Amino acid sequence: MRPIANTRSTAGIPTGRLAVWWVVASEIVIFGGLLASYVMQRLAHPEWTSQTAVTNVWIGGFNTFVLLTSSLSAVLAHQAAEHGDGKKAAKLLYYTCGGALTFICVKAYEWTHEISEGYTLSSNTFWSFYYTAAGIHALHVIAGGIIMLFVAADAKKNLELHRVELIGIYWHFVDIVWIFLFPLLYIAK
Amino acid sequence: MIEHYLVQASSYAADIDSLIILIAVLVGVWFLIAEGVFFYLIFKFRHRDGHKGQYITGEERHQKRWISIPHFLVLVCDLFIIVGAVRVWYDIKQNLPPADATVRIIAQQWAWSFVQPGPDGQLDTADDIKTVDDLHVEVGKTYHYQLEARDVLHDFSVPVFRLKQDAIPGRVITGWWKATKTGVHDIQCAEICGIGHGLMVGRIHVESPEEHAAWMQANAPSTSLAAR
Amino acid sequence: MAEKIAGAQEHRHDEHAHHVETFWSKYVFSTDHKMIAMQYMFTGMFMALIGGFFAYTFNMQMAFPGEPVPLWGGIVTPPQYNALITNHGAIMIFWVAMPVLIAAFGNFLIPLMIGCDDMVFPKINRLSYQIFFLSVLVLLSSFLVQKGGFGGAWTVYPPLSAKHEYSLTPMGSSLFVVAVALEFVAFLLGGINFVTTAMNSRAPGMKLYDIPMVVWMIVIASILFMASVGPLIAGAIMLFMDQNLGTHFYDPKAGGDPILWQHLFWFFGHPEVYVVLLPAIGITADVMCVFARKKLFAYRTVLYTVFATGVLSFTVWAHHQFIAGIDPRMAHVFTITTLLISIPIAEMMFVFIATLYGGDISLTTPMLWALSFIAEFLIGGVTGIFLGASGADIYFHDTYFVLAHFHYTFFPIAIIGVYAGVTFWYPKMFGKMMNDTLGKIHFWGTIIPFNCIFIPLFWLGLAGQHRRIYDFRNFPELAQYQPVRVFAASMLVTMLLFQLLFIFNFFWSLWRGKEAGPNPWKSNTLEWTTESPPGHGNWKTLPTVYRGPYEYNVPGRKDDYWPQNVPN
Repeated sequence: MRPIANTRSTAGIPTGRLAVWWVVASEIVIFGGLLASYVMQRLAHPEWTSQTAVTNVWIGGFNTFVLLTSSLSAVLAHQAAEHGDGKKAAKLLYYTCGGALTFICVKAYEWTHEISEGYTLSSNTFWSFYYTAAGIHALHVIAGGIIMLFVAADAKKNLELHRVELIGIYWHFVDIVWIFLFPLLYIAK
Repeated sequence: MIEHYLVQASSYAADIDSLIILIAVLVGVWFLIAEGVFFYLIFKFRHRDGHKGQYITGEERHQKRWISIPHFLVLVCDLFIIVGAVRVWYDIKQNLPPADATVRIIAQQWAWSFVQPGPDGQLDTADDIKTVDDLHVEVGKTYHYQLEARDVLHDFSVPVFRLKQDAIPGRVITGWWKATKTGVHDIQCAEICGIGHGLMVGRIHVESPEEHAAWMQANAPSTSLAAR
Repeated sequence: MAEKIAGAQEHRHDEHAHHVETFWSKYVFSTDHKMIAMQYMFTGMFMALIGGFFAYTFNMQMAFPGEPVPLWGGIVTPPQYNALITNHGAIMIFWVAMPVLIAAFGNFLIPLMIGCDDMVFPKINRLSYQIFFLSVLVLLSSFLVQKGGFGGAWTVYPPLSAKHEYSLTPMGSSLFVVAVALEFVAFLLGGINFVTTAMNSRAPGMKLYDIPMVVWMIVIASILFMASVGPLIAGAIMLFMDQNLGTHFYDPKAGGDPILWQHLFWFFGHPEVYVVLLPAIGITADVMCVFARKKLFAYRTVLYTVFATGVLSFTVWAHHQFIAGIDPRMAHVFTITTLLISIPIAEMMFVFIATLYGGDISLTTPMLWALSFIAEFLIGGVTGIFLGASGADIYFHDTYFVLAHFHYTFFPIAIIGVYAGVTFWYPKMFGKMMNDTLGKIHFWGTIIPFNCIFIPLFWLGLAGQHRRIYDFRNFPELAQYQPVRVFAASMLVTMLLFQLLFIFNFFWSLWRGKEAGPNPWKSNTLEWTTESPPGHGNWKTLPTVYRGPYEYNVPGRKDDYWPQNVPN
């Protein structure tokens, strides 16, 4: 039984959207702190160049493309949900989940290769930041993907269609974090 | 005021104490006014039968003035304090007067060790004097200290000098003092450094030139070797 | 204006009346905001007992070094001493002040004061308490593991906290960090409810400036918390990794930087003090208006000063690090911002004092607490200036002056503010009145010893006494002040004994207190328009609001109060 509190919208913004923005905002501060720390440390350690040179910009770039595309299908899913087409929305959300899965598999391959070459979490502080930042991001990709599966399952039955937009907002955030990670870890070596 | 508890034994101790007095006066006046008005109002407007409270929004200009004028005056007081603080800080932490002598201070869990130049006046030579927990310095000389830490964060603090500086492993931090009074005083570690933090007592011996020369004679490695 | 989804009825559904509640569903796994509030409140009060006991124990060690401490079961060893001071600080801030001021009062009051039946996301609310409870268990377990609890101060500076060979508490250090991180997550989740409920679920007619101050304060505090804790969560993850996974984020010997932790910690740490201050100020404002029978002076000014304080609070953090080895030029920036932040806070104090002018002041127990908050916090506020001025901080850093300053801010926040709130809202929470005479004795028995403990500590700080020292007799210049330490310890014991009166009053009144009725204090705000305690769903018919919360002694009206939900 949902409380009446849930049905009101005095500020004019649907409550679900307020809640997701709150989550996104708190995550921005977490990632912001982590990335700011990385940037400060990177600037203080020019000798890390020998380590940063190792990251593979092609793999990073491919993963960027995958995430961007998955965000596109999330937007289209929202559009479909707005028109009440739950089946189409669910299908597009499944594509997004597929993008998430691809991202994770590529990352697994990338990290396996790097670890086997000796670039581990503790081998150098650059790698500590690399695995921590990309790792926490990857956890968010996985979590987002799982939640998206639940939302898609409901959407397929035309239930809780407003949640398609909400998981989409979260997914765009995950995408944007990567848009910061990619240049920092792969390009601006 | 503070000299009552702790002597001013460095060239900048009086500056810090004066800043503290300035703050105490400015802040004290505001404090007394605020508490005074506060208690007065509680007394004046205490509940008495037949007296009703007033309806005051605080949004009218003549009402807001009671807040905005003190608000502005607080800002003015803050400016005085900022100027005072900036000057004292600059003198002590940014300015580095030329050194008459240098001492290396090494903090570790849980002791202080000191390395001072021997009679040749140069640090890092064979006749350096190494001591543990006791630092002997000469009054009237400007000392530079090179502060290091071996393991965790520590803090070199000499209350009578009004001197304090964190020691960070992996870094050498430079500062200075000039002692103005002789005596023996506490050195305290001012950053918690483990279970022995409270046991890191050091003593600083500020000596006259003669006493200090005698101490150096007696403790310089070559002299003590020769004395055997 | 409130927008309602078409078709929803604003009456409590009768189906609620037919729920079969078990002990577990009603008390343990409840999603009702009032029950979750009680869970937070009682957990917070239990942790206060532990934090207070730790304070007693280490004070006894300072006053009578090397002597066995009664109730502790022997002498206090140096590692235990460090663990006691560390966990006293962490517990009082994270496990007493925050749960009681924000989560307990926030959960209880927000839906009631804005006129709705629960929080927007009751299940997330329940989850936030569960995670909080887990953090309590993790912290308490850290005291029981081999080598004991973490003892590197609540500030957890590495390398001491990062390497077990330095801290000598291999498991305690990691458990401490995990406990704090879980607590942060719990409050981030809780914040979702406070902010969305207050923004979106207000009663019809309740505009932004009709919201009671305590609700505003808790909402702004939640936002401040959310905006500041992120970097420290990142930092805590990095610290945990240094402790357990072989990374070297903070290890200067391997390319790391211990000062990075300090920045991450204090970037959060400074806004955090305002996170706990704001709810206490909100409680004080609401209690003062009720018992002075007066409209809050310049409501909007209060809000603006709070916004200003909140924004400025992000710019002052390195005043905790003046002599930590930061670039000396940075000190000037932080001295300026720190002294500037004193201005909106001073303004807030002036506004509260101005509210008393023209009032009709009754010195009930809640009012005594609210007034003493102002009187004591003024001391805390002005002594902060000494520490914000960089040149003076060279001398005062890490001395007892700092300790006395922050107890004159935290004690008003975590103890005085809480007592003001509990004694004021107890009738609403439990339907009974607390005994006012016992309340007054408890008040004086707390306030007088409190000042006796901490005023002398300013002098000890001036005399150069540093913090976190196991035995001051080792320092020839400080040994002479031992009588002051004995006095402080005896006053602390006195103060702690007086708290027994409160505990007795609290539980005895539940059983034998006078029936409270809906509005014993003749207050305007919405929570007093329903029964005490409120039933499930809070009202049979949800209220509509016609005016602000502080319309007392409105000219031309017979009664000296005018509740928000009364049309005329």
